[in-house]
Amino acid sequence: MYAVRQWSVRHARGLNAFYKVFESALVTLYPLWSRLGYERLERPVAAIERQVKGLLFDCRMCGQCVLSSTGMSCPMNCPKNLRNGPCGGVRANGHCEVRPEMRCVWLEAVAGSARIPGGREALATVQPAVDRRLQGKSSWLRVARERATRPGRAGGAGAAP
Amino acid sequence: MIFEDEPVPGYPLPILSGYSSPGRFERVLRSGSFAVTTELDPPDSADPEDVYRRARVFDGYVDAINATDGSGANCHMSSMAVCALLTRVGYAPVMQISCRDKNRIAIQGDILGGAAMGVCNLLCLTGDGVQAGDHPQALPVFDLDSLTLLETARTLREEHHFLSGRKITCAPRVLLGAAENPFAQPVEWRAQRLAKKVAAGAQFIQTQWCYDVPLLRTFMQHVEELGLLDKVFILVGVGPLRSAKSAEWIRTHVPGVHIPDDIIRRLAGAADPVAAGRELCIDIIQEVRTIRGVHGVHVMAYRQEHTVAEIIERSGVLNGRVPWYPGRDPQTNTTRIAS
Repeated sequence: MYAVRQWSVRHARGLNAFYKVFESALVTLYPLWSRLGYERLERPVAAIERQVKGLLFDCRMCGQCVLSSTGMSCPMNCPKNLRNGPCGGVRANGHCEVRPEMRCVWLEAVAGSARIPGGREALATVQPAVDRRLQGKSSWLRVARERATRPGRAGGAGAAP
Repeated sequence: MIFEDEPVPGYPLPILSGYSSPGRFERVLRSGSFAVTTELDPPDSADPEDVYRRARVFDGYVDAINATDGSGANCHMSSMAVCALLTRVGYAPVMQISCRDKNRIAIQGDILGGAAMGVCNLLCLTGDGVQAGDHPQALPVFDLDSLTLLETARTLREEHHFLSGRKITCAPRVLLGAAENPFAQPVEWRAQRLAKKVAAGAQFIQTQWCYDVPLLRTFMQHVEELGLLDKVFILVGVGPLRSAKSAEWIRTHVPGVHIPDDIIRRLAGAADPVAAGRELCIDIIQEVRTIRGVHGVHVMAYRQEHTVAEIIERSGVLNGRVPWYPGRDPQTNTTRIAS
């Protein structure tokens, strides 16, 4: 929902802090997820993730969440799916070129990331091209597995709710 | 300028050490000359002569010609085909690639194909949304964005493999460019976005139309603070406005174009607005050329392409230099002539 999405950006700091704790819990519980089997968990977890993040961020379930790097403004809501910053068509009033009724998700991202510690730096990171195979999959489970099996990369930029 | 190691004019030049391409546009930029580029309005036709006719009006005044890729999301002859025709007679095109219409498979194929046909410069763009053009019912692709497109092209060139990891036997030798709009929101973050593009591989930048020089100065100051001045060649977008009315229309209907009120007033008060528009363009060129880090101008004179030569001539930015065009050096141009 658009109003909730905007609320989330205004509360980017708190949401990001909450997510960090949540992510640690996910990673700690790795043995449990492993025992239950990721394949089996994928559908129910993805369904919950879709509901929660759908409400908070208008999440599109790209399966490779970067919300912590974009000030809690989901870049997949950009009609051009831009994950690396705004296009050149942003209107003078800060609204989207394609959907004039919506504020540019990247203006929100710049504002939101200023509220997150290290947000500016994360925003400056070049995000890789989207892997379209992950569409609809759970980002939480993927992050839990990646962080747990590759501890050296824990806490890096680009993580997300 | 004639380069000492020029083979047959129009043929690729030897690639000097530290250079990315065999193109004359990169030579001009790295030689420190003030570069001039322009945009060819691609024809709605399958006649190659339509392309050559549109290119010839720039002869002697531009270092490279941008071939647009469905700009404004309108359908025209493809960028790739316009480039292939232009390189045939020796012009130096800048092949624009937009992410709107093609996925990463098609784009990588086009980069190889373009380079094989003599394209030495790419401009990596996100592209306008389909709602802006004449086919709003089309599927917007946007598989990559301009940043990942830059990285993709750089991967092909530097690492000699596709994004899949599969090897390519001959890498495309291309200079990589990107666009930036210093005049669009969020203005304070635009230099940072340029830094991201440079990090992703951009070697030259062509900006959106500049009608607000003070705003450009602020942007360039940010660019300098980020330490980017010696990492990228910046060409400022300029173009003649036709009248106060058309300027007003452009700023309300073309997203991303910023025209301040005093520009509109200046045109509205002119006895001959078309001439005033040209004067204004010349004034802006002369002003931006003095800004540190500005390496040239990109003249976008949509539907007024015939005025580019006069604007550049009167601006004096070429300093007596005559950019190459087919037939410029008849004594050496023995094998190729413009059709």
